[in-house]
Amino acid sequence: MRIAPFLFLAVPLAAVAARASEPTPGRQRELVHLVRQDCGSCHGMQLTGGLGLPLTAEALRDKPLEGLEATIHGGRPGTAMPPWKSILSDAEIRWIVEKLMTGFPKE
Amino acid sequence: MRTLLILLLAFLSGCASTPALRGTGDLGIVIERASGRVAIVDTSAHSILARVDGLGDLSHASAVFSRDGRYAYVFGRDGGLTKVDLLLARIDRRVIQAGNSIGGAISQDGRLVVAQNYTPGGIKVFDAATLELLSEVPTGSKVVGLADLAGQRFGYALFDTGEIWLTDLTDPRHPRTRKFKAGQQPYDGLVTPNGRHYLAGLFGEDGIALLDTWQPEAGAKKILENYGKGEEKLPVFKMPHLRGWAVAGNRAYLPAIGRHEVLVVDTATWQEVGRIPVKGQPVFVMARPDGRQVWVNFAFPDNGWVQVIDTHTGQLVQTLQPGKAILHMEFTPRSEEVWLSARDDNTVSIYDTASFARKTTLAAESPSGIFFTSRAHRTGF
Repeated sequence: MRIAPFLFLAVPLAAVAARASEPTPGRQRELVHLVRQDCGSCHGMQLTGGLGLPLTAEALRDKPLEGLEATIHGGRPGTAMPPWKSILSDAEIRWIVEKLMTGFPKE
Repeated sequence: MRTLLILLLAFLSGCASTPALRGTGDLGIVIERASGRVAIVDTSAHSILARVDGLGDLSHASAVFSRDGRYAYVFGRDGGLTKVDLLLARIDRRVIQAGNSIGGAISQDGRLVVAQNYTPGGIKVFDAATLELLSEVPTGSKVVGLADLAGQRFGYALFDTGEIWLTDLTDPRHPRTRKFKAGQQPYDGLVTPNGRHYLAGLFGEDGIALLDTWQPEAGAKKILENYGKGEEKLPVFKMPHLRGWAVAGNRAYLPAIGRHEVLVVDTATWQEVGRIPVKGQPVFVMARPDGRQVWVNFAFPDNGWVQVIDTHTGQLVQTLQPGKAILHMEFTPRSEEVWLSARDDNTVSIYDTASFARKTTLAAESPSGIFFTSRAHRTGF
């Protein structure tokens, strides 16, 4: 939460950058597979939750985008959520969060 | 009754489609996780006999078997509990028993099936014949590591509150529960093959909680404390799974959390006697039933690998790449073969455990768990 103000300021610029570097269609398919299958081992393949919280659009409705990005990037210490920064770029994380918040694509 | 009649008619008519009488000792199921379906497999013929649809969300699923080996009880992610008839290849009964479930167990006498749930947290007790709900024990926490114990008891661990509970279902409508402090965030549990020791692996701290169910009043103690030596954990992209398969001879082989190691413990003293570096974060560390080998698969992104430890020498003897996203392994009861599911290749591969040669490959849609009926006769399965 400490970093929220900084992220808030950074959003308009980052949003432009993310559109510019949106993952290729091939990579998007890989990301959908990764989220459904591998995030799914804790969050459920339907993203309805398990050991991890539900990631449906409804469940995420009131969550700030930046917070979700930070969680994927750095994990959540004290929980089972690992940092994905070694696997996913910031642009990929942004794409995943945007898709989660609007209803994640099926494979 | 109707079933018997059909079988009788089929037998009498002797037509070509008559199902031959057969046992179930060499049967099993493979979960097709994306399709809500199980494949019924024959481990002697290396074949898929039939498929059964309609089991709901199986993105995380596990199964136990009736003691006659005829029925599989499949616990799905969506809280579905489905009793599948392996001989007639159809759903016998099905209930939605919770909002979000993780697995279950069957009682010592085979009469009770118990589900462990995340939402709402707790266990539910069902009549194994009818799936009638008999009782429930709310826990206020996600339940992990449910295992059957002697005396109609069940052990399980609570992820959120860090406890081990023992519930006695001698009177299945009136559960009696004892609670023990375990440690931070138990992620799964197991009971040793003799049914004596219940172990809960801890995610929130280095160590494993150990409860002697022969003398539970002594409480749970911590073993393998500080195995991480204060070093920063590597990311754990998938929680390891524990069962009685951890034990081979007088040693237990356990996945380290956040370390690419298998920890070896002497089951007489519960002291660490070694650790074996492996390729990634172990998920399943499974002893071959005869205890001579331990097979290990890994969390993403190393989930294309499988490694084999020779328990006699304590050395890694084989590294295999059986396919993309190896989710699960299951040994035939007398150890000669192991079946491995490759989710992203849509295959199940059967390996010879002596030569490590791939014998055959079966097609299955996004396969995950593989469960053979031999589990029906093992405590803790």
